[in-house]
Amino acid sequence: MDNFHPEVVAFCCRHCAYAAADLAGGKRQPYPSAIKIVELPCTGRIDVVNILHAFEDGADGVLIAGCLDGSCHYIKGNLYARQRLDYVRGLLCEIGLEPGRARMINISAAMGVQFAELASEHVETVRALGPSPLRRKINQGEAT
Amino acid sequence: MIVAEKKPLEAIARMLEGSGRVLAVGCGTCVTVCFSGGSKEVATLAASLRMKRSIEDRPLAVVEAMVQRQCEWEYLEPLAEQMKNVDAVLSLGCGVGVQTLAERFPTMRILPALNTLFMGLPSAQGVWEERCQGCGSCVLDKTGGICPVSRCAKQLFNGPCGGSQNGRCEVDEATPCAWHMIWERAEALGMSEDLMSIEPPKDWGTSRDGGMRRMVRNDLRLPEDQDKEGNE
Ligand code: SF4
Ligand code: SF4
Repeated sequence: MDNFHPEVVAFCCRHCAYAAADLAGGKRQPYPSAIKIVELPCTGRIDVVNILHAFEDGADGVLIAGCLDGSCHYIKGNLYARQRLDYVRGLLCEIGLEPGRARMINISAAMGVQFAELASEHVETVRALGPSPLRRKINQGEAT
Repeated sequence: MIVAEKKPLEAIARMLEGSGRVLAVGCGTCVTVCFSGGSKEVATLAASLRMKRSIEDRPLAVVEAMVQRQCEWEYLEPLAEQMKNVDAVLSLGCGVGVQTLAERFPTMRILPALNTLFMGLPSAQGVWEERCQGCGSCVLDKTGGICPVSRCAKQLFNGPCGGSQNGRCEVDEATPCAWHMIWERAEALGMSEDLMSIEPPKDWGTSRDGGMRRMVRNDLRLPEDQDKEGNE
């Protein structure tokens, strides 16, 4: 497990988390290289199938990072994202993956430090869960 | 619309035990608008099944397909080509769609991915409710457009029963009493007097018992089909 380098796809809203990640970078506030950021116009853009495809393509974890409650640029996008994430967690259980691999956080554009902290926290959760069984399969497939 | 919901993944996976490659077919009509069998749901189910089987070390290839309407022959033709290399077809249509596929492709295993629930409407976003049971002789004219067959737990025609409380059905508090609503609507329409006459027992001969029902319109039929039947 020592040489396990988790891959976490972070779907980030451009009005908050994406800017916060930028701010963290600008402040030289480190966050794990495991975080692979996908910029979204709003977390409400995320669909159930996008999250599943991230796991199918081998992600060990998924992070959805949206605006603070009540601050969504499009009013309710972050609330829809949370509901969809809850639905996806049910699907992950059915599939045989730990629901804890997917998490949502809510931050503002000014919260660079918190973004780094919460992202690190999720990477550690995923690290504790170990590599996704699907990633192992994809790697085996590549090796053969 | 016909309302259906996805079966548990475990149940679907069990049907596909012996399969290595399946075609998952959605339907672009009722089950698309109740978010159970549209293209997104096909993609979601396909990805879920592929992942589940991959984790179990028994990979399953799932080919994704859509037709506009699974319950009519002509829409199914393009599927013939896509069925060539699969050992089963998973239908995300309602029960009618599944059976239309099974009749059109008699040598292919056609499996239902959904449980078909009822004919109804979205009463709020994300909530669907039953409104009609297809009883074959509609009484909505007498009940102010509120169906006592599908919405009264006892299917009363001279309701309400004694259990109606504060507008709620005694069988399930979450359900409004159909007869309470029928009465209120009749009052609003100034027609409550009409409800005072006793409605005779309904003729259930047109309803669901007694096997498959059929509707025939001779003016729409193909003359050659009618000739064939005449000669039989
Ligand atoms: S009375 Fe019969 S046909 Fe009319 S809505 Fe009710 S179940 Fe449907
Ligand atoms: S309470 Fe109303 S809806 Fe429920 S069974 Fe009685 S009459 Fe029908």
